[in-house]
Amino acid sequence: MGAVIAATDDDAPLLRADALAKWYGRQLGCRDVSFELYPGEVMAVVGESGSGKTTLLQLLSAQLAPSEGRVSYRMRDGVMRDLASLGEAERRFLFRTDWGYVHQDPALGLRMAVSAGANVGERLMAVGWRHYGRIRGAAQEWLDRVEIARGRIDDAPTTYSGGMRQRLQIARNLVTDPRLVFMDEPTGGLDVSVQARLLDLIRGLVAELRLAAVIVTHDLAVARLLSHRIMVMKDGAVTETGLTDQVLDDPREPYTQLLVSSILPA
Amino acid sequence: MNAPAYNFAYLDEQTKRMIRRAILKAIAIPGYQVPFASREMPMPYGWGTGGVQVTAAILGPDDILKVIDQGSDDTTNAVSIRKFFVKTAGVRTTTSTADATVIQTRHRIPEMALRERQTLVFQVPIPEPLRFLEPRETETRRMHALEEYGLMHVKLYEDISRHGEIATSYAYPVRVDGRYVMDPSPTPKFDNPKMNHCPALQLFGAGREKRIYAIPPYTKVKSLDFEDHPFEPYRFNGTCALCGATDSYLDEVITDDRGSRMFVCSDTDHCETRRSSPSRSSGRAGVGSVPRDGRACDPHPIPTSLHQRPHSTLPEDREG
Repeated sequence: MGAVIAATDDDAPLLRADALAKWYGRQLGCRDVSFELYPGEVMAVVGESGSGKTTLLQLLSAQLAPSEGRVSYRMRDGVMRDLASLGEAERRFLFRTDWGYVHQDPALGLRMAVSAGANVGERLMAVGWRHYGRIRGAAQEWLDRVEIARGRIDDAPTTYSGGMRQRLQIARNLVTDPRLVFMDEPTGGLDVSVQARLLDLIRGLVAELRLAAVIVTHDLAVARLLSHRIMVMKDGAVTETGLTDQVLDDPREPYTQLLVSSILPA
Repeated sequence: MNAPAYNFAYLDEQTKRMIRRAILKAIAIPGYQVPFASREMPMPYGWGTGGVQVTAAILGPDDILKVIDQGSDDTTNAVSIRKFFVKTAGVRTTTSTADATVIQTRHRIPEMALRERQTLVFQVPIPEPLRFLEPRETETRRMHALEEYGLMHVKLYEDISRHGEIATSYAYPVRVDGRYVMDPSPTPKFDNPKMNHCPALQLFGAGREKRIYAIPPYTKVKSLDFEDHPFEPYRFNGTCALCGATDSYLDEVITDDRGSRMFVCSDTDHCETRRSSPSRSSGRAGVGSVPRDGRACDPHPIPTSLHQRPHSTLPEDREG
């Protein structure tokens, strides 16, 4: 790890969840979720459909207001702030500068009607870039980094394959140099070889940019490849947390054991 | 029912008050779209129901009204609206920009510089500049509130990446008073600079979308652009075949089916004033004087109005 980076910077958590709960009326979304995420750390949230993974991700990214508990985030000035105390303008600014959000369906995260270059450049224009040449240059650079051919910069994402769309979505999110990225099933719906390539790319970028990430997935292989820590959810509650290798190789809870053992051998 | 069967300028006084309140609010917040309870008017949406309601609300018995459509005083839309106010308000009308106190317009700003105490009323089809980029009204309102205008530049970026230049030639977005991004209605971008620091009051009415917005006199209006692709007004590279003007906004008129065409001023009053004034240059260009090699061809032409030209001065009291 880079020794140049101030030690105090890594000692404080970037994101903290305190006893988070979300009820949809009488229906439970998730409850009693507490954890801390440190800069550069990747945490996977795994569990079956309906276990509250996506609800949790939306709570963490301030798209949903929690019924109980709170989420705090360390802003760039080093001050830990409760997301609920931020104004809407601040929250939205955070969302398009310091955070990224990768949707499972790239159509939700991209503007399908405008070119790839404009998709990547949108965040830059939103933070005040007004020089076409420089915006295009930055977009080009990011398309290179996510391995999209140079000639495709002016094509709309509708002409892209599923894997390319997902890579474009990642480029669009990372162009403002965020510190935290939320990913909701980033490899869902892709075939295995495309998945492998995408995972490889995400792993490289996360390490290179020292991104912190919360990755929601039902695919334990994705969790194993990408994450340092893992959190297993069932019926809206956390059943087990720990280092990824530890949890996957030596699961403690019966549900985690079931989950791990239900992976089909390749 | 004891409501009067007739009221000055068609709308009842309560409605006018409601519209005036919206106008006052719009003037107080330049460029902000104020919702208002748009009424059914005796004309279809898209024919200027918003502009007509604004005009009806501000019109007084002493006003002199001019109505233009694509710069012209004698197209169907302009004639009908002028007749409407002659019939319902009995106000004097004119085709002269200089004489008018209220000018209702569709798609143009007159060539002649407007002065104080004049009011320009625009007919607006779609008031929301972000609409084609973001279809949700809740979201566009939030974007205005939070000044999130990056998306507007995405559109201009797309233009440059596709066409090598900002190809938006009408409804070109502007920023009013350094705050709200506004759609100047489908006026050609040639007219955008006229809105900046204009001494006249500019009101915009969108009947179907139920919005009124305004630019108060002497307000800064800036067309959006990029540092390396600055805003440029566009006009055909031609000369008016009738008055010889080289600096006015031109309509292209097809004169036969073999490719002959002529350019004429879109602003008929401007053109007529120039033709009747003795001091103008004598060289009148004729029909077909434009080379057919496409030299002056606009890659993104504004649809020209295909009304009959040339026309004589309209006897203005004819319909009264």
